[in-house]
Amino acid sequence: MNSVLSKYKRLATIGAVAIAGTILLSSCAANEGGTTDPGAGGSELSGTIDGAGASSQGSAQEAWVAAFQTANPDVTINYDPSGSGAGREAFIAGGVYFAGTDSALKQEEIDGGFAACVPDTGYVQVPAYISPIAVIFNVEGVDNLNLDAATLAGIFKGTITTWNDPAIVALNADATLPSAPITAVHRSDDSGTTKNFTDYLNKAAAEIWDAPAADPFPYKVGEAAQGTSGVVDAVTNGSNTIGYADASKAGSLGVAAIKVGDEFVTYSPEAAAAVVTGSPAGDTAGPTDLVIKLDRNTTDPTHYPLVLVSYIITCNEFVDAEAAPVVKSYIQYITSEAGQTEAATSAGAAPLAPELSAKVATVLDAIK
Amino acid sequence: MTTASPRKPRSTLRPADRIFAGSTIVAGSLILAALAAVAVFLIAQSIPALVVDPAELKGSPSSFWAYVGPLVFGTVWAAFLALVMALPISIGIALFISHYAPRRIAQGLGYIIDLLAAVPSVVFGLWGIKVLAPAVTPLYGWLVDNLGWLPFFAGDVSGTGRTILTVAIVLAVMIIPIITAVTREVFLQTPRLHEEAALALGATRWEMIQMAVIPFGRPGMISAAMLGLGRALGETMVVAMVLSPALVVNFVLTSSQNPATIAGNIALNFPEAHGVDVNALIATGMVLFIITLVINSIARVVINRRKAFSGAN
Repeated sequence: MNSVLSKYKRLATIGAVAIAGTILLSSCAANEGGTTDPGAGGSELSGTIDGAGASSQGSAQEAWVAAFQTANPDVTINYDPSGSGAGREAFIAGGVYFAGTDSALKQEEIDGGFAACVPDTGYVQVPAYISPIAVIFNVEGVDNLNLDAATLAGIFKGTITTWNDPAIVALNADATLPSAPITAVHRSDDSGTTKNFTDYLNKAAAEIWDAPAADPFPYKVGEAAQGTSGVVDAVTNGSNTIGYADASKAGSLGVAAIKVGDEFVTYSPEAAAAVVTGSPAGDTAGPTDLVIKLDRNTTDPTHYPLVLVSYIITCNEFVDAEAAPVVKSYIQYITSEAGQTEAATSAGAAPLAPELSAKVATVLDAIK
Repeated sequence: MTTASPRKPRSTLRPADRIFAGSTIVAGSLILAALAAVAVFLIAQSIPALVVDPAELKGSPSSFWAYVGPLVFGTVWAAFLALVMALPISIGIALFISHYAPRRIAQGLGYIIDLLAAVPSVVFGLWGIKVLAPAVTPLYGWLVDNLGWLPFFAGDVSGTGRTILTVAIVLAVMIIPIITAVTREVFLQTPRLHEEAALALGATRWEMIQMAVIPFGRPGMISAAMLGLGRALGETMVVAMVLSPALVVNFVLTSSQNPATIAGNIALNFPEAHGVDVNALIATGMVLFIITLVINSIARVVINRRKAFSGAN
């Protein structure tokens, strides 16, 4: 009896391994097929590539690196999430082959040139990672919350201090708001999330939010917590709290709808991707620079303006010709449909819209 | 009978002696070398932040000292609060273990206290966020409502409980094992004759402790407190995780706006810092290094001065 059972067990194990193996192999194949460039699927790529930059891309980069290295076993890619500024600095100095950054290159950085690139061949800057920022709240008896930019700015600046403030009540006629004081939680560490959140408030509610966008939270009000998970924890464990965090980490907390035009919009990957696609080009934009000036004041209700866009910066023409194809196919993979899907599942990012993805692909094709 | 060995007299050292003496010298100088290396690194890396135009620093403070001032205050304030809470409890535990508890319980309790010292600070941090902060929030609300006239509980209460008082409580829990372990050992060293003499003169147990144990153990208690204070001053993870920081100077224990500490501030801002901001953070680290040195030196002086009157000799 026992031996029969164990035999079945063994068979079952073999079967499970076989199935798992098939899934694994087919998923690899899917990865390879998904990349737009024929070179990306080939295993002839080899070498070690270093990148550095935004920590917002950190978990997405981990997933991309893992998937890319599985498809190209001879390639090693290191991404050091040392921060946007440090990443740009390292790339300018030639220390890394590509940099991830939440803030686009400044004009003076571009003018200074890039040590890893052939002089006067320019650089490449493409959006690679879009992360919607959710306004999360934990107020007893309130499931849905509508806010506009001015009210949100007032709450985080400390000018609106109770939940039943007329400004909030006016936007939420159906909700029963308590008279409790508001605890607004912001990030205690420097963060691209704070920068994009404050940029939105500064653009959409300039009369209240007079501080320019910046990594540290500008005002000395409210509660602070470390990292996205710290903010989510503080909002969850506190009472009558509100905070902002990467949308993928919002969990079961209430998520406020933001007023866009005449409607209230909750975040969705599509709405986040749409505002990026619908935004005009940034100041430094050019044929190989797809920088975007996010339209925070959009009135199109299919847009969700509270997003973080993170870019990849690299060379148009590398001094190190051997590294070029590896960097090229890696970034092609990142911005391909497969790479964007990977980032969506592993890091909660919003995939690039097909239109933008196609533009990015054209720019990347020219890298050598 | 005769021990006419061909060897020379024993005045010369044997190889083992030489090796041992040499290795202790190496060990002794290694610690000095490490300290010197840290000091040199701190000074060299701090200079750019001290000479740069303060407008280039993050937040554009009026000077580097204006930036570090609130952090110094927060560091000392949090550590002081932790020590105030931890010291009486630790001495109580140590006295209980050394003079009151039955031997078996004393041993078990000693092990448990030592175990507490082995808990990683990140675990204490998680406990602070997930358990302590939500638990003390209602208490803070009560304190602010009823004792709001005290400057310590002024203003609005924090809605999440992540205040400097919560941090100080966690820090106190962390330094209790250190202070307890040292004071317990010192109390156990009290000369038996002193204790018996006190008892023979008709002292109660409490009076005996007052007359014999405490005076004998005073230098040990001070150095234990300084060890604990050193840990509280430099604790990073707990502060970074639990505290809701701001660059402010205030004595309020229950508000959302708490003075940040040097170590916590470095941990929060280092990952995204670059350029001269890194130097500024390292310079704050140097300030912390100096504070710790000064406090330890003061403790040394106090201990040396008290030794003569401790009754131990």
